[in-house]
Amino acid sequence: MIEIWRAIPQEFFWLFGSLVVLLGIASSVAAILARRPADEKKAASRANLVERINAWWVMIAILAVAFLLGPTMTLVLFALASFFALREFITLTPSRPGDRLPLSLAFFMIIPVQFVLIGTERYGIFAIFIPVYAFLLLPSIAALRSDIEDFLSRTAKQQWGLMVTVYCLSHAPALLMLPLPGERGRNALLLFYLLLVVQMSDVMQYVFGKLFGKTKIAPVVSPSKTVEGFIGGGLAATGIGAAMWWITPFTPGQSAAISAVIVVMGFLGGLTLSAVKRSIGAKDWGVMIEGHGGMLDRTDSICFAAPVFFHIVRFFYTT
Amino acid sequence: MMRPSSALLVGVVKLLVGAYARWIGTTPGPAQRIYFANHTSHIDTLAIWSSLPRRLRSRTRPIAARDYWGSGVKKYIATRGFGAVLIDRAREDAASDPLEPLRASLREGDSLIIFPEGTRGASAVPARFRSGLYRLATEFPAVELIPVYLDNLHRSLPKGALLPVPLVCTVRFGAPVTVAAGETKEAFLERARAAVVGLADQAAA
Repeated sequence: MIEIWRAIPQEFFWLFGSLVVLLGIASSVAAILARRPADEKKAASRANLVERINAWWVMIAILAVAFLLGPTMTLVLFALASFFALREFITLTPSRPGDRLPLSLAFFMIIPVQFVLIGTERYGIFAIFIPVYAFLLLPSIAALRSDIEDFLSRTAKQQWGLMVTVYCLSHAPALLMLPLPGERGRNALLLFYLLLVVQMSDVMQYVFGKLFGKTKIAPVVSPSKTVEGFIGGGLAATGIGAAMWWITPFTPGQSAAISAVIVVMGFLGGLTLSAVKRSIGAKDWGVMIEGHGGMLDRTDSICFAAPVFFHIVRFFYTT
Repeated sequence: MMRPSSALLVGVVKLLVGAYARWIGTTPGPAQRIYFANHTSHIDTLAIWSSLPRRLRSRTRPIAARDYWGSGVKKYIATRGFGAVLIDRAREDAASDPLEPLRASLREGDSLIIFPEGTRGASAVPARFRSGLYRLATEFPAVELIPVYLDNLHRSLPKGALLPVPLVCTVRFGAPVTVAAGETKEAFLERARAAVVGLADQAAA
């Protein structure tokens, strides 16, 4: 038991401690706000704020437990996140009886295999398993069912969902298998760094957008995304990321640049998945997380930021 | 305190199909009720039961067909896991009334989950209802009749499928239906069916 505790870098306790303090402040502010009189619209937006903060408490608690229990639990956690995200995607995507077997395989075979490949550190297969083998296998099985109605659009949608919710998302915990200089436990700090920058970017863009947002970037796709929110929130998140350089192998300057890349990718992820969502006529992907919509509403930016961050670290910082 | 077998069962059902409750025309309360729903999948019973708040589950008993749920592992799940009332669909003994076990549960104060179509349909929209619902409604006028609509389960585990496809399913609870004074059996059954169909159009959120 003591061995396990020693393997956890000291920084973790500082990081999670700071997050608890931050969220504590947020909860207190929300509680004070809730006492002030308000009209119906304001009250609703405050209730939404409380829901969001409460969901953050749960997410931080789950993450802390997964990190403390080690890489296997972290992988299980992300595998479940992929499972729920794919479940939301497939629910909103039309399917026909011929798709049942490939879909079952995607959930019960492709997801476990992808995460076991990370756990056993087989980068070579991990990187091609879904884009090559799942890509070829799943439509073949569907074709054997001889149902040609909308065949291309059905299989294309399923492939796209699998790529985003499983392949892309799995690059976040895949950071744990990279051979970095220094102790093993420090890989988890990189995962923490990625999640922190992505989520701070989302929160800050939301806050800056509410305060200063005027010019809509893509009004049809996502009415809440504004130039002011993106620039203000993006700069704030980049600053936070730069300030966190000490938990990474990056210099402060590199950390700022890498955070900026994460911010841009996260923004594009939110925008693109919003476009997908709207093209199939939904407002939220699901109802899992109160105040936040579904799993995919919460992880869309991670899906896009994780693979790029993973490759930056792999190319420039692994030994 | 929930039995471990029940907790595990609810966990698996929620993992596979979500089973999120939407209380549209009523609220989850302690009143004795008969929940009646469209029937498209083997998970239907479990999905409705799992979507109920924990305190209501122990007093709510699904009806399950003895020919499917009556033996082996399935019997263990049905009786130990979710406290099902097993009934005979194929009436072998003409003298016995298949509704009798349901009446016994209602007299004990339990709520029931039933599927008035009697069998699983191919589409989400229910087929004609059988008369059992009307008979129970007239014999137990104090029991609330709650229409329930299950979406997406026919996509997850339709008739004849072995493996479920995990999908997000909502369980929509509508406003209670009562037998109007002088209403015929046919008119009541059609109105009850329409109450279930009407929930299909409610937005999932």
